[in-house]
Amino acid sequence: MLGVQLAALLDGEVPGVAEALDLVDGFDDALVHGLARLDEEQAGRLAALAGALRDTPLGPAVGEAVEKITAGSIGEQELAALAGARTTLLGAVHDARLARFDAALGRARDTWEEPPASPPVEGPLGAGRSWLQELAITGWRGVDHDLVSAADQAVSALLDEPALRGPAVLLDGLAAELRASCPVATMDRVPARRWADLWARALLLLQPGTSGTRPAGAVSGRLLPLGVDVHEHGTAVQIQVHGVLEPTDGSPTRLVRASVAAAKVDTIVGPAVWRLLDGHPVLLKALAEHRSVDLAEVPVTAGGDLIWQDDRATPGEPADPFATARLRLSDALAPAVPPLERHPVRIAEPVLVEGYTIDGDALTLDGHTLAVDLERLPGCGPLTPELVAASSTCVGLVRWEAGRWTLQPLAVQATVKRKTVEAHGGDWALGPTDPKVAKAEAKAGDAVAVLRERAGRLLRR
Amino acid sequence: MTDWERRSVVRVVPPLRPRKLAKVPFVELAEGRLQGVVSSGSDIARVYVSSIAAGTHTYSCGTNNNRPCGGLSGAPCKHLQALVTEAVLQYGLDRVARYLRVDVGEGEDLLSRLDGAPERAPAAGVFSRFLRHLAYLELPDTTEPIAELQWFPATRAVR
Ligand SMILES: [Zn+2]
Repeated sequence: MLGVQLAALLDGEVPGVAEALDLVDGFDDALVHGLARLDEEQAGRLAALAGALRDTPLGPAVGEAVEKITAGSIGEQELAALAGARTTLLGAVHDARLARFDAALGRARDTWEEPPASPPVEGPLGAGRSWLQELAITGWRGVDHDLVSAADQAVSALLDEPALRGPAVLLDGLAAELRASCPVATMDRVPARRWADLWARALLLLQPGTSGTRPAGAVSGRLLPLGVDVHEHGTAVQIQVHGVLEPTDGSPTRLVRASVAAAKVDTIVGPAVWRLLDGHPVLLKALAEHRSVDLAEVPVTAGGDLIWQDDRATPGEPADPFATARLRLSDALAPAVPPLERHPVRIAEPVLVEGYTIDGDALTLDGHTLAVDLERLPGCGPLTPELVAASSTCVGLVRWEAGRWTLQPLAVQATVKRKTVEAHGGDWALGPTDPKVAKAEAKAGDAVAVLRERAGRLLRR
Repeated sequence: MTDWERRSVVRVVPPLRPRKLAKVPFVELAEGRLQGVVSSGSDIARVYVSSIAAGTHTYSCGTNNNRPCGGLSGAPCKHLQALVTEAVLQYGLDRVARYLRVDVGEGEDLLSRLDGAPERAPAAGVFSRFLRHLAYLELPDTTEPIAELQWFPATRAVR
């Protein structure tokens, strides 16, 4: 990303975004207090939400839902309509922001093509929906231990169905946050946008036919990793490798992602999480050793997600992610975003930034300032705020969060004690390479092995 | 609404610190208690369920088959001591003390500040929560992308 591109990215507000977010705030505030006890102002803001969508296909359903809810009738159908309305608004914000990014960077993006239909995932969706309904009626402020515990059964049932892992980890993550915040009535402030995001997303995923991943085809070629983004809550971890794919069929170079997610428990943290992913040794080796990977007929979705199959992947030659970013990133075709995933948090665009200065969490390039997200430096890798502060080259993800653009570092080149050093988020995929960290890990013992032993002994009695 | 309330990504659950799990594989602040599972020092197949109630500070310890712990004679047994030690490692002293509603100064021993009496609490519930916890490690991993985890970025480790 050049200074002039950053300037274009930051240049002024996108029209309509503030208004859309204000309508979202109205819904989120209603959910804080509970839909069963809306005051006049909250009811008015819900009506405004319905009004804004009146001329869209959702309009009649949302209008009717707001009327019914305001009158005290809070059914599943009404809630689904409201969740859909909120999701539509945030989808529009996503589109506006991503279009701004693409225009500023000159990034070419594929158009969305609906993949062939597949049978809807059958599964225990109703229990989760009922829990979400209870939450909406009660409001975040009314959540207590009993209401949180009511999610356990729904989560366990969803976890048993692999195709429903998305809604399962989402409900589980939300329940854990509510549990840690109980009783919510005593909290100073409630993360209203966040919890409403999770609530609405879960409610949509629990409608029949919305969950499940559909591959649009298969690809062969050379994958050049750029870096790894790590997601984690108490009971789940996911690595998402961003890379450039050179297809063997001669079609254009494209940006893709490869993901692996594992269930875990909250006491498995830091570098130990890699142990949970060791069923995918080729991917881990590519990350740890900065190698390319040769793929043979690996399924891919229309949204640019490879459905990773380690046995269809072969480790290739060494491939420096900085070189990949420098030489291949600007020409690579970016994937379309699946309609159901359109939300500002989904924006995570790989970029290379060079020749900047950093002060605190502010990066300056040719006089333009971009915030660096120093919180998103995963504990399973070597990236630290100190290294980022000493860096002058970075491969990262541009995100849009809290009303501003930010850069999430995936790899940096830095000068430490007059020496050039490099750190990549996936450097410890095969174990920590920093002797101090390795020693601490060894001393703490193997958490994964201890718990697997306990599980083996106690679960199968 | 403040900017924080308008953010999609904020940390709500404070991060846990890594600890050795062999002795006390499971600790949680839940259901109004500090509760957990302590491995028996002598029998590899036996575990103790130990708990301390928030507020009243009554405490309980017994095997997962509801046999009372022999070490409970008017004072917390070694299992409860291990539970408290590991809870403080995992959550930090502040969070444990706040949950149990007890005042503990820096460097003070939390257990010595509790003045509850022994009171039998059923072990079955905690033990089944522990089994549910372990069951996560039995789930297959998945290579289908989970877009929902975009709301849950991994953050810096606490060392
Ligand atoms: Zn005991």
